[in-house]
Amino acid sequence: MKSESIRHLARTAWPPAVSRRPLLTTLPVSSLRLYSTHPPNAKLNLPVDYSTTPLLSHTPQTALSTTDLPAKARNSTTKKMNLFQAINDALSTALASDETVLVFGEDVAFGGVFRCSMNLAESYGAQRVFNTPLTEQGIMGFAIGAAAEGMRPVAEIQFADYVYPAFDQLVNEAAKIRYREGKTGRSAGGLTVRMPCGGVGHGALYHSQSPESLFTHIPGLRVIMPRSPLQAKGLLLAAIRSNDPCIFMEPKILYRAAVEQVPTEDYELPLSKAEVIKPGENVTIISYGQPLYTCMSAIERAEKDFGVSIELIDLRTIYPWDKETVFNSVRKTGRCIVVHEAMVNAGVGAEVAAAIQEDEATFLRLEAPVTRIAGWSIPTPLMYEKFNFPDVARIYDGLRRVMEY
Amino acid sequence: MSPRLLRGRAIARLAKPLARQSQTASPLHIRAASSLSQRPDSEFVSFPGAVKSAFTTMLKFDKPTDHPAIPTYRVVDQHGTIVDDTFTPDLSKEEVVKIYEDMLFISLLDIIMFDAQRQGRVSFYMVSAGEEAVCVGSASALSKEDVIYCQYREQGVFKHRGFTANDFMDQLFANKNDAGCGRNMPVHYGSKELNIHTISSPLATQLPQASGAAYALKVQRQNDPTIPPRVVAVYFGEGAASEGDFHAALNMAATRSCPVIFICRNNGYAISTPTLEQYRGDGIASRGIGYGIETIRVDGNDIWAVREATKRARELALEDGGKPVLIEALTYRVSHHSTSDDSFAYRARVEVEDWKRRDNPIIRLRKWMEAQGMWSDEKEKEARDRLRREVLQAFKEAEREKKPPIRAMFEDVYEELTPDLRKQMADLRSILDRYPDEYDLNDYEGGKKSLE
Repeated sequence: MKSESIRHLARTAWPPAVSRRPLLTTLPVSSLRLYSTHPPNAKLNLPVDYSTTPLLSHTPQTALSTTDLPAKARNSTTKKMNLFQAINDALSTALASDETVLVFGEDVAFGGVFRCSMNLAESYGAQRVFNTPLTEQGIMGFAIGAAAEGMRPVAEIQFADYVYPAFDQLVNEAAKIRYREGKTGRSAGGLTVRMPCGGVGHGALYHSQSPESLFTHIPGLRVIMPRSPLQAKGLLLAAIRSNDPCIFMEPKILYRAAVEQVPTEDYELPLSKAEVIKPGENVTIISYGQPLYTCMSAIERAEKDFGVSIELIDLRTIYPWDKETVFNSVRKTGRCIVVHEAMVNAGVGAEVAAAIQEDEATFLRLEAPVTRIAGWSIPTPLMYEKFNFPDVARIYDGLRRVMEY
Repeated sequence: MSPRLLRGRAIARLAKPLARQSQTASPLHIRAASSLSQRPDSEFVSFPGAVKSAFTTMLKFDKPTDHPAIPTYRVVDQHGTIVDDTFTPDLSKEEVVKIYEDMLFISLLDIIMFDAQRQGRVSFYMVSAGEEAVCVGSASALSKEDVIYCQYREQGVFKHRGFTANDFMDQLFANKNDAGCGRNMPVHYGSKELNIHTISSPLATQLPQASGAAYALKVQRQNDPTIPPRVVAVYFGEGAASEGDFHAALNMAATRSCPVIFICRNNGYAISTPTLEQYRGDGIASRGIGYGIETIRVDGNDIWAVREATKRARELALEDGGKPVLIEALTYRVSHHSTSDDSFAYRARVEVEDWKRRDNPIIRLRKWMEAQGMWSDEKEKEARDRLRREVLQAFKEAEREKKPPIRAMFEDVYEELTPDLRKQMADLRSILDRYPDEYDLNDYEGGKKSLE
């Protein structure tokens, strides 16, 4: 039974590209409506070209000179990986270096529906890499118990959209165990929860959500979102080895799209530390995850069109977040835009904007209102995704507005 | 609805535009499960979902009433008489007396603390009257290294494992000696030395955690065979068993073969809700079978039955590389649910008085001990006086102790204080400096200095 269903799932989750071509050629061209098309006259909303974006390290040299990369990794070799391969590499590294690491969730054993746990069960044994029954609250409770007894479980929630059944375990248990245990010293610090998140073009209501701000409202959790394979490996290893429970959110649209050189060495990137991706003087854009690529495209156009210089900051850890880096940037530029896919209402942008205006030294330097460019206050509907998530045009327009203010 | 189907379809669509770049990825490795196929003319189905089911031509729904209620195991009856001929007590006289005194201690502690709450000296309390045997009896059959998760009505487990009168009182008064640093409501005990996880209020959350903890113990012993075999025991009420976490926990424990003993205290009520409004099946025990878990129902007022069942459950849990076991202990919640509850609003006083008088776990063991010639009225009086003094002495000491330092409210949220929390600590300190008359800091260890 198992092998059959797995084969079916594997086929659907990962159709070989060759088998699809004959199907496409038999269809009349007029009936083709590809999701990836864009308006013919568009100058802003063009698809992100991941093969040339400066946000990815296309050569070993740029990879090895990454800020915050430990010396050991700087001297290592690199390998070209996409995001799911980098996650896989991090999981494999964690399993190999620490026997208390366990990897589990729904459909994890055969490699995962996004291929992140490929070959791990074969390499590290069914005892350490395994499928669970289909129960998110069970996965989370199980992981918390294992963590409280000294293991380092890496639990997978198949889609961030399905984390809500596990919410009680995360909010009332994982996040609060160290606090309520007090002097006994127990915690669920060994826990890491991985979940694919964000839009993918056609995920609709339950395969597109970015619930990070719900987790940032929970004292005791660390919330992390990488933007690239190199970052994913370093941040995931840091999360697994952190003694605080970590929510690790993986933008699923980048699983195959984002490809870059990744150090082969075991390395960690610091948590709760933002990265200034691109320095600038006139506006600061703060974002995380996939929208950083959209921001970069908007910045390239805006700098040309408006003759301004724009600073781009990747928060990397969304909570507890790096206020100093953000404040320093905004004190310098005086203008600020926060960009994220998740709904604008009570999103991460609300917290960042409020903190900026609350900090006296930063408030006095503001020359325009802090602007949020984010998903509208709606669920994530299928046919409207391109109107919902921040795109280049909306970010470009936001830059124009803060400059003209 | 079938989320699995939805997900499968959606995944296919998600992967579509991405698949074009996938040609270079390594091939799939699929571990084949045993292959199943329907043999011609077989009398049994071979559908993967249930492989041992015989075909039938009779159209008949299986009714719960077709199955007799699972019987209730008992060793000693209400009169203290042994009814299981095969039973031989495995404890010395001293050990039996210790067990008895543990139950007595808890019942005395309950009376004193219930009144203390009524006088406003502690904020909250929950007594465990009627359920002392379930807790003490099961705890007595576990090894000291076994890990325990509780719900909140298991004072007897703490007492039997070695929690002292001072430990109870420090937590109840939330003073500076409280392991929980004064953060938790009363009765939310926890102990590292005794291997008991700190109690949390959300019901049933401890159940899947117990499964995961048991899995951890199993893996740890596989990694290091010098570690003694250990199990996890987890307690919960019949009301908590209605939570989704109960379902998740039993299913996960069974599928991952976790050495965990689920111990249900079925005391007839979840606050005001009687079991008839809690479930319609044969209690909690009948569910264990559905999850493929070995299950027993015991008389929870018979400490010997609870002890024997737990002893055997522990052996079972460690067999075949580990597996879960379910014990449903039937008992009666003699007390109010908590100090915030007046149970006579929903049940007759006479019903409670009947249980107190006719079948009480403490009196049942006392009768057995008297029949064995190891207990008497004099010993009873001496023990009661001694234990009451012990409780009252600890009460006085704990009430006099300082509260924990205010700083403790910011600590242990994360392993280390975050910059935000440092700033908030300084902000609070500044408020206390500028509004000194608005706060009483005298009770707190170190006053506002702890916030530096």
